[in-house]
Amino acid sequence: MSEYQVNEKGYYGHFGGAYIPEMLYPNVEELRQQYLAIIHSDDFRQEFDKLLRDYVGRPSPLYPAQRLSERYGTNIFLKREDLNHTGAHKINNTIGQILLAERLGKKRIIAETGAGQHGVATATVCALKGLKCVVYMGAIDIERQAPNVARMKMMGAEVIAAESGSKTLKDATNEALRDWINNPVDTHYIIGSVVGPHPYPDMVARFQSVISAETRKQLLEKTGRETPDHVIACVGGGSNAAGMFYHFLDDHDVKLVAVEAAGKGVDSGESAATTVLGREGVLHGSRSLLMQTDDGQVIEPYSISAGLDYPGVGPQHAWLYEKGRATYVNITDDEAMQAGLLLTRLEGIIPAIESAHALAQLEKMTFKGDENVVVCLSGRGDKDLDNYMKYFGF
Amino acid sequence: MNRINRLFADKGSKRILSIYYTAGYPTLESTVDIAETLENAGVDFLEIGFPYSDPVADGPVIQHSSEAALRNGMSLGVLFEQLKDLRRRVNIPVLLMGYVNPVLQYGVESFCKSCKAVGVDGVIVPDLPMYEYEERYRSVFEENGLSNIFLVTPQTSEERIRKIDDLSTGFIYLLSSSATTGKNLSVSENTEAYFSRIRAMQLKNPVAIGFGISGHHAFTRATDHADGAIVGSAFVKLLGETDYSRKIPQFIRQLKG
Repeated sequence: MSEYQVNEKGYYGHFGGAYIPEMLYPNVEELRQQYLAIIHSDDFRQEFDKLLRDYVGRPSPLYPAQRLSERYGTNIFLKREDLNHTGAHKINNTIGQILLAERLGKKRIIAETGAGQHGVATATVCALKGLKCVVYMGAIDIERQAPNVARMKMMGAEVIAAESGSKTLKDATNEALRDWINNPVDTHYIIGSVVGPHPYPDMVARFQSVISAETRKQLLEKTGRETPDHVIACVGGGSNAAGMFYHFLDDHDVKLVAVEAAGKGVDSGESAATTVLGREGVLHGSRSLLMQTDDGQVIEPYSISAGLDYPGVGPQHAWLYEKGRATYVNITDDEAMQAGLLLTRLEGIIPAIESAHALAQLEKMTFKGDENVVVCLSGRGDKDLDNYMKYFGF
Repeated sequence: MNRINRLFADKGSKRILSIYYTAGYPTLESTVDIAETLENAGVDFLEIGFPYSDPVADGPVIQHSSEAALRNGMSLGVLFEQLKDLRRRVNIPVLLMGYVNPVLQYGVESFCKSCKAVGVDGVIVPDLPMYEYEERYRSVFEENGLSNIFLVTPQTSEERIRKIDDLSTGFIYLLSSSATTGKNLSVSENTEAYFSRIRAMQLKNPVAIGFGISGHHAFTRATDHADGAIVGSAFVKLLGETDYSRKIPQFIRQLKG
């Protein structure tokens, strides 16, 4: 067992665990006891692989970005999660969890969403499987993300506004947890990132690990080596990075770079750079790094990218950060927006603003000419056109 | 034996009533005044909530009181300052209830010592895992004479209830249903069967039923099956009304009937 993976008690070092009230214990415990047996069963594997291939469109390409490579003087490969059905890596996890929920006999699915990407990916698999779907979304996010709200509704999901607290992602997650407390028997909660009580961080990382499993094969074909020199991914809660890092964690010559959102600057008071600004604490059922006051109240983060403004990171990221296995850096709104435009102009790909944070990190690194660099292009930028247009005044 | 143990040991045929309310709500300074008023009104013990920004087990009423208390400036540090006065004014058992993160930031050991120093008898931290309490914190709770109260729901397995009974030193907090706080208890056949099932287990610890107990009828039904009952949201709602202090004695009289 890798020292970077969850241990038998559900911890990554001293991070992780299951800090949940008794009302959630039976559901989380059921999941903990069964998730490994289910996801390792032949029946599950076959259906999961088939849906990823025929429905999601996997494997996603590993694209050698020629003009970007020329600009930075090295070999840059983009892992094209943006080409997945529904436009981001989120669907890898929702496919896995809906198959798991079916096998647990659950009839009703709940989810939280920030920008709406995970909500859309959940509503999608619920439509695919004919299961009832309820998505909690912060009241403020519902206003900001009307097209995704419409997509969810069109697919038959009920979208409920979270009116508590700051009315954004963290509060949507609170409302989903409250729903699960009040519906303890027939409901499965599809968490969208590598956060939440054990076994969620491990389970979601396993479903997302298809990203790095494919990347190894594709690198071998393209470069003759399974491993690259650098892997770069953005981190909010951290699910695309967890999947992108997963099969490289024990290859210590692969440098892993996790990019957090600095917002308007780490010291501006409007930031989401959790490893810089956070301390150890408990939110949404796990012990991790958390942006909080001295008194332990959670601080609302900020980023121009709705997918990165979460006040914590998954417990595995906290552990990788503490162990120094991955380097955690941060990128401001402005740097990300410029990187998004640059990729569009050089390669004809409009990235999600989340993914643009990972791309912006290229500017800050120096490469030897023959190095191989993989950047996880976690999502496409269609959902962000409004933001891009406003920012650049198109 | 602390005050909680003595209360249940000496209860006789009495139906024990506990009231929950949020510290620092409706005003920052109201915490100890409300405790005193409740004791004078005939309440048997108190659960004082310390607020957290993300109270996932709570319904709208207690969420609102927590947000208001935080805006008023409540924190664990402020609360322990206020409670320095507690034992000059209040004799009934007092528990603190809240979420684990503020306790972790305050420091678990410091928290237990502060509880002891001001005369708090027990603690309810619903999201502190049982194994973590057992392995890391049990000794410091016990050194400071604190009862740690565990929750049981209709879905909790018998094996787990036995384990909880072994670890408990005050009473067991039986949830009327798996729910967030503030939903009305609808006593169905299932609820009755669940209460009877727990009673038939002949647990070592006394049992108090909470969540959804809002009026006299529910209080009586609950205490037919358990040693006591806990009222939270219905009381916190009253605190949101004008002139709440004057209304407290009548509210308690109506509850007890």
